[in-house]
Amino acid sequence: MTLSKKEVQQQIDDLPLSDAIRDALHSGLDGVELRKEQLEEIIAQVQADYEHSKVEPCEAVGVVAAQSIGEPGTQMTMRTFHYAGVAEINVTLGLPRLIEIVDARKVPSTPTMTIRLSPDYAHDRDLAREVAWGIESTSLLHLGSIATDLAEMNVIIELNEDALNQRKITAEEVAEKLREETGLAVDQKGNLLIMAPEEPSYRELLQLVEKIKKLSLKGVDGIKRVVIRKEGDEYVLYTEGSALKDVLLFEGVDPTRTKTNNINEIGEVLGIEAARNAIINEATDTLREQGLSVDVRHIMLVADIMTVDGELKQIGRHGVSGEKASVLARAAFEVTVNHILDAAVRGDIDDLRGVTENVIVGQPIQLGTGDVHLIAKR
Amino acid sequence: MTVPKRIGKIRFGLISPQEYRKMSVVKIITADTYDDDGFPIEMGLMDPRLGVIDPGLRCRTCGGRPGECPGHFGHIDLIAPVIHVGFAKLIRKVLRGICRDCSRLMLLDKEKKMFLEQINTLVDLGQPTDDVVNKVFSEARKHKVCPYCGGPQKEIKFERPLAYVEDGHKLTPSDIRDRFEKIPDDDIMVMGMNPETARPEWIILTVLPVPPVTMRPSITLESGQRSEDDLTHKLVDIIRINQRFQENREAGAPQLIIEDLWELLQYHVTTFLDNTVSGVPPARHRSGRPLKTLSQRLKGKEGRFRGSLSGKRVNFSARTVISPDPNLSINEVGVPMNVAMELTVPVIVNSRNMEHLRKFVNRGPDKHPGANYVTRVDGRRVKVTDKNCGEVGEQLEVGWKVDRQLTDGDVVLFNRQPSLHRMSIMAHRVKVMPYKTFRLNPAVCPPYNADFDGDEMNLHVPQTEEARAEAEILMRVQENILSPRFGGPIIGGIHDYVTGSFLLTHGERRISRRSLMEVLKKFDISDLPEPAGEENGVPYWTGKQMFSQVLPKGLDLTFKADFCMNCPECKGENCENDAYVVIRDGQLLKGTIDAKAVGAFKGKITDRVIKEYDPTTASRFLDEMTRLALRGIMLAGFSFGIDDEDIPKPAADQIKDVTHTATDNVQKLIEAYNAGELEPLPGRTLDETLEMRIMQTLGKARDSAGSIAGRYLGLDNSGVVMAVSGARGSMLNLSQMAACVGQQSVRGERIRRGYAGRTLPHFKRGDLGAEAHGFVESSYKGGLSPIEFFFHAIGGREGLVDTAIRTSQSGYLQRRLVNALQDLEVNYDGTVRETRGIIVQFKYGEDGVDASRRDYASPEHVHRIIQKVLKEES
Repeated sequence: MTLSKKEVQQQIDDLPLSDAIRDALHSGLDGVELRKEQLEEIIAQVQADYEHSKVEPCEAVGVVAAQSIGEPGTQMTMRTFHYAGVAEINVTLGLPRLIEIVDARKVPSTPTMTIRLSPDYAHDRDLAREVAWGIESTSLLHLGSIATDLAEMNVIIELNEDALNQRKITAEEVAEKLREETGLAVDQKGNLLIMAPEEPSYRELLQLVEKIKKLSLKGVDGIKRVVIRKEGDEYVLYTEGSALKDVLLFEGVDPTRTKTNNINEIGEVLGIEAARNAIINEATDTLREQGLSVDVRHIMLVADIMTVDGELKQIGRHGVSGEKASVLARAAFEVTVNHILDAAVRGDIDDLRGVTENVIVGQPIQLGTGDVHLIAKR
Repeated sequence: MTVPKRIGKIRFGLISPQEYRKMSVVKIITADTYDDDGFPIEMGLMDPRLGVIDPGLRCRTCGGRPGECPGHFGHIDLIAPVIHVGFAKLIRKVLRGICRDCSRLMLLDKEKKMFLEQINTLVDLGQPTDDVVNKVFSEARKHKVCPYCGGPQKEIKFERPLAYVEDGHKLTPSDIRDRFEKIPDDDIMVMGMNPETARPEWIILTVLPVPPVTMRPSITLESGQRSEDDLTHKLVDIIRINQRFQENREAGAPQLIIEDLWELLQYHVTTFLDNTVSGVPPARHRSGRPLKTLSQRLKGKEGRFRGSLSGKRVNFSARTVISPDPNLSINEVGVPMNVAMELTVPVIVNSRNMEHLRKFVNRGPDKHPGANYVTRVDGRRVKVTDKNCGEVGEQLEVGWKVDRQLTDGDVVLFNRQPSLHRMSIMAHRVKVMPYKTFRLNPAVCPPYNADFDGDEMNLHVPQTEEARAEAEILMRVQENILSPRFGGPIIGGIHDYVTGSFLLTHGERRISRRSLMEVLKKFDISDLPEPAGEENGVPYWTGKQMFSQVLPKGLDLTFKADFCMNCPECKGENCENDAYVVIRDGQLLKGTIDAKAVGAFKGKITDRVIKEYDPTTASRFLDEMTRLALRGIMLAGFSFGIDDEDIPKPAADQIKDVTHTATDNVQKLIEAYNAGELEPLPGRTLDETLEMRIMQTLGKARDSAGSIAGRYLGLDNSGVVMAVSGARGSMLNLSQMAACVGQQSVRGERIRRGYAGRTLPHFKRGDLGAEAHGFVESSYKGGLSPIEFFFHAIGGREGLVDTAIRTSQSGYLQRRLVNALQDLEVNYDGTVRETRGIIVQFKYGEDGVDASRRDYASPEHVHRIIQKVLKEES
């Protein structure tokens, strides 16, 4: 007597197993003719093994996770720059990147974005390029040259027709933008723009040149360069510099598949859970690139402790370690004296629950076998 | 059994002057320490009531001997109050926040109430209150007029390091103290302080506690001169100034002098507390060395917290050089006789083990295994000597404790620094051996990251039954074969083990009966397998059969070996390279055993054995595999010498051709660049493009030189065997030795530093050619030219610097990670929580699975179960 598909699925769904195992059972038993005893046998074995694979209570998972991430650090390279994926864009990799992730830096040393396009744009090279030009922030230097005329005390900007066409911007628009930003009059003669500073002094002139050089005329602020690459059958944009919020709103960008390597930015734009996932992804990628295999669970734990309070906290003095409940644990980590003085003024109480505190006072730590409070009865 | 006492909590606070006086055993008034006869002066800094350090004396306060007496505090009455440096910033904040007339915190009542509530909530949540407290002070400061008494407020300027100036007048510590004394308790709470444990006026010192002599012992030099501790020196200064201050004040000295002395007293108290305050010149020893005062004692790596309290020293440990011994089990450690006779295990005598222990005692301390000490029931400890051993042995009674020497089978902990992961400390069984090194099976080197170039390791002997049980169940080597980092085996064959297995199992290696016996004699094998065939009437066996002897029965496994060539079309079991491993029912049928099968970090067989059987089977497999592999390598004979790097003349010529063509091509690229014909790559400048093209060309040249050499180096070459099997080295290493070393680089670019426009004076300025920028055409075997050698050294140096920096950086990363995560633990409900009880994960790793046992919960494992069950039934 074989069981119907529905019966099998029903039984599996009711089991207290992890999703991955349940999926494996579904796929493994799909279309297989099996009897009741067989299913029971399989379920019994799977359950027994799942039970066996579970962590034991009191296991010091924190230390194991820390060691599992810290130990491979010794095997990583220091080579900061590497051309990952795209030959043209620099990305920090290896140990420096791992440190950066764990430090929860506000801005990574090489911010980049991977922008995927919505279906209409993704397969068309010209449309993809259009989006790229639109995103890349354009400065005057992209469009032409800037010269100063000391006799007339003015700045002459000569715009290149081709560059203007390529970047879909007109000389009028450039002039308008310059007027808006500087508040000065701009004389336009075809592709020639002439500006003069408020006071005809040499210093003012140079300052004006510096100012307009930096001006972003078009595109998303902060994105210095965009590179298009074909991956599979779609075009993907890689950027130097990151501005997630603005890029997500851009026409043609697929907001669901676009990412940045700036974890803080993800946290601000998409929320703390997204930041947690970003930490996991970035750390896993960094480790994998170095050929080191580390179980996700360890990385998850690090990501979770960094985000548990609802804001990104650094692993270290200014974050997780600095906000520990125990005075002694903080004093034993860094800036010893200040922590003790502050604790004294506040009248803090150390409950001696953590590891360091108990080591300091010389009693068994409350983890692993030390956390089992059983005393034999005579 | 008595329940061990636990310290439940520690409360931090400030000590009030009254309490200081109460706990003080003596008021110190003289700055002198010892008199001419060498006796401590009463009411001096070394007053005998402060504790004892000289052997033979007893403490005048508690009667304890040195070592028993913890020391007792004394005190100095300061003539005028001084500020505690550590609280300088706090004093500034409080001064600015309270009214200068009525001393009340200048906030409205409802604001106070609100802030107090916020603080209390944060305290309940166990979160830092700093932000709220800072807000309190900044809000209070905004009031220019006191909301209570209506008194106008004046701006208080803080002048580094320790002066508070109000409206041009310097506030003396007495003034500040007077103001602080008047602050009501309720306001103190709003300031984030606890008035019971820390009143603000207590941070202005009127009484200075004098630390006991036990924490500032004086040492007698060889010359008989006494040398005082830094703290004592500082206290002498304080007392002297204090006295002078008093004399001057009583004599009615001018205000200017008084102020100077006050400042001087402040200086000495400041440096006594912290000698690294910015703006305060550090107090120096006569020799010019800055004094190490209180803060310096606590701070830093060697400070009290990290050095003495978090890192403790232990007894019952040993340290010596390690060396390999493949005949030991992976669970064993060879301990030198000298060490075994020094380290002891305490055993309580009972009626059953009395005779056994008596033998130990009777042998005395000099004959292994003997006993070093016995402890009687009354706690008296007797050293067992050559002379008294017989006598003590006779006296032995139930309840005594015998410290017997370490013997075979004792459980010990073995450790190698840096202890980067938990496998850096594992439990081994002792095997007492001659000579002076610790011996271990090379298969356990990977978890310790040990080699035998002079590495030293530590050994610890657990002293209690609980510790031994824990060590044996949780820490034994066989329990740690699987790394929790990635769930794979971290212990396995290295170097010759891999080579040996490879040589034994590659192809069809015929082994005569005699050799077979020779190899297998050490194993516990009762039946020989059937011979694989006969050659000239003589039966022979194969290496694969031999390897099957160490495989557990019933093992089924198929995988691709490490040296699989990744052919475009895998022929599976019919692999021409014998790289497809097939094991059925514990018999190796096809394929070669290499690093992928038994190597550390990879070992598929080890992995499957430990997961399908148990750690004991796995450890036995590893023991036998290592032994077999070594016999296998000895059977074949294996060596690598300088002539193994020789390649035939035609190959050498070919390589030369390749490198020359490459340099020519580089020249052509440069010409094209100079002529402006080079097309830049997208997103790159012309210069960058040229560099990239050159690097590419030269890289290709090195590769093709390597492959030419590789063609002439077959599996008959030891180097190739090692590289291919994954035992040591790579084909790249070999081709560098035999064919061409290749481009040297600094930061991933060709070498460009040196003189203006050139790397060495041997080249023309602006020369972009291959030789001028570190391309090494020669092979290591052929020898490098001086210029090549120089470039090679540049590249090599970068590697060394890299390693040096990496160790410190990753060490700090590790310390931070461990410190941040160490308190996390899985609770009985499956959640992961930290010390405050905050849930970090609701279910560990989202599925509650232990990383080192993750394979039991993997989809592949589920499929395997399904397959097995279905097969059985049908």
